[in-house]
Amino acid sequence: MSTFVLLAVTGLGLAALYFLVASGLSLIFGLMGVLNFAHGAFLTIGAYGTWWAAENLPGAGDGGWSFVYAVVFGVAVGTLVAALVELLLIRPLYERHIEQVLVTVGLSLALVALVRAIWGSDPRPFPRPAWTQRTTSLLGAQVPNDRFLLVATAVLVLVAVLVFLRTTRVGLVIRAGVENRSMVTALGIDVRKAFTLVFAVGGAFAALAGALGGVYLGSISPGQGTSLLIFAFIVVVIGGMSSITGTAAAAVLVGLVQQFANYYAASGVGDLSVVLLLAVVLLARPGGLTARVA
Amino acid sequence: MSGATAAGRGDVLLRMSDVHVRLSGSHILQGVDLAVRQGGVTALLGRNGAGKTTTVKAALGLVPSTGLVELTGADGRVHRLSGRRTHEVVRLGVGYAPEDREVFGGLTVAENLALAERRGSAHHHDRVFELFPELRTRGRQLAGTLSGGQQQMVAIARLLLNDNRLLLVDEPTKGLAPLLVAEVAEVLARAAEEVTILLVEQNLTVVRRLATDAVVVDQGRVAWSGSAPDLLADADRTRELLGVAPSGGHAA
Ligand SMILES: Nc1ncnc2c1ncn2[C@@H]1O[C@H](COP(=O)(O)OP(=O)(O)O)[C@@H](O)[C@H]1O
Ligand SMILES: [Mg+2]
Repeated sequence: MSTFVLLAVTGLGLAALYFLVASGLSLIFGLMGVLNFAHGAFLTIGAYGTWWAAENLPGAGDGGWSFVYAVVFGVAVGTLVAALVELLLIRPLYERHIEQVLVTVGLSLALVALVRAIWGSDPRPFPRPAWTQRTTSLLGAQVPNDRFLLVATAVLVLVAVLVFLRTTRVGLVIRAGVENRSMVTALGIDVRKAFTLVFAVGGAFAALAGALGGVYLGSISPGQGTSLLIFAFIVVVIGGMSSITGTAAAAVLVGLVQQFANYYAASGVGDLSVVLLLAVVLLARPGGLTARVA
Repeated sequence: MSGATAAGRGDVLLRMSDVHVRLSGSHILQGVDLAVRQGGVTALLGRNGAGKTTTVKAALGLVPSTGLVELTGADGRVHRLSGRRTHEVVRLGVGYAPEDREVFGGLTVAENLALAERRGSAHHHDRVFELFPELRTRGRQLAGTLSGGQQQMVAIARLLLNDNRLLLVDEPTKGLAPLLVAEVAEVLARAAEEVTILLVEQNLTVVRRLATDAVVVDQGRVAWSGSAPDLLADADRTRELLGVAPSGGHAA
């Protein structure tokens, strides 16, 4: 029982990371038709930005509010880079989807290479508040606190995104744009303004995932984002490509399946079973779990 | 009166000159020339695949085109639409109801209308709900679950919500039951008292009821233009241009 609880909560923690990365991916794809392969690099930037801030910025560090400060810095850098990528590289290639995808692939390689050139390829120990390393007992299991941090953050982000999409004018434009972008422009709305916003916010969530992933794993390395990106893409497809709630459900499914299969079968089987899950979902429901954005 | 200072009834509101559209390798519009007079309903006619929808989309900038498209503003100034992005064209006071309605199925009726509220324009919800009371009572219903006729009401409501100078309406009666066809024609007739309309329409009874002018396109070119009553009075010419004869002599 306690193993089961530990596996479940750890699977949900993993799901939280997947959701943070995949939610941005799915909004960007839904609204702009761009598969953003640079999204993993935003995660890496968030992780290294947080790490750098904790080491170098006065007031930032690995405990309490000084850690929050370091994370805010990392997320801000990730957001800024994502917004610049949209404005300078994606926008000039508007409606040329193949070129856009190629640019994001190139960018992902370049950004990771840049991080590697500056800080090396060896993993760096990541600053993390001491309380995240302690455990809390839950239904007889000793669960490390960082799992709760991951899940709580993801739930907060999910609720915030849903409230934004459902109650604001820009949220309405985004939901409509995911459904039919050209009709939105035919109503006199400049939908491209929403593109930059969605890219920046997606970048912010990925950067946040980078920082939280650092807490969870205890170290960061340049290739981390790119390997997580593959699972995030699977989550996006299972979730229906452009739906936030679908993405959340798919993230939970993938996180749990991966965690349980890795434990009860053999290490590595988890990754394989995720691909299997993708195939099963696509055969049963070719459109993914849901097609509505929010 | 000089057209440079005052745009009055009868002056040209929309002009398209030598407009070409190429899509995925095919030359779809091959030099369209047409003028829409202010204050009337100009019917855009032609057989299936002639290029009517593409002509409307080219005017809006929804498809890339070459040539010249101009709209006369309320102040009499001529705005060049070619090269402008669609939302900028629309903000000059151009409303668009596309061929397949294109209401947002995942949004509620109320959200569809809220989205259509254009900035820089007054929003006439009262006018819309007076014409279509159903849209008020069905405000919380998802537009995707509406019938075809109700979806067309949403599409027309989007046109009438804002202050427009020109409405581009593409086959509004397509697929509707006869009673609804008459209702849509009635609503457009009322709208035409205040705004100029370019109407793509296959139903010649509706054309007869509404149109003052007619432009016939064939294979990407304008094959005929002139007075709509004149065209419909000439059964042979109508059959030759459109492949169908005008039915009866009376409006619906
Ligand atoms: N995106 C497109 N790519 C290629 N051909 C198109 C495209 N859109 C329309 N066409 C072709 O252009 C022609 C004119 O289409 P359209 O303007 O929709 O005609 P209409 O509205 O008069 O029925 C048709 O032959 C149609 O098949
Ligand atoms: Mg058509």
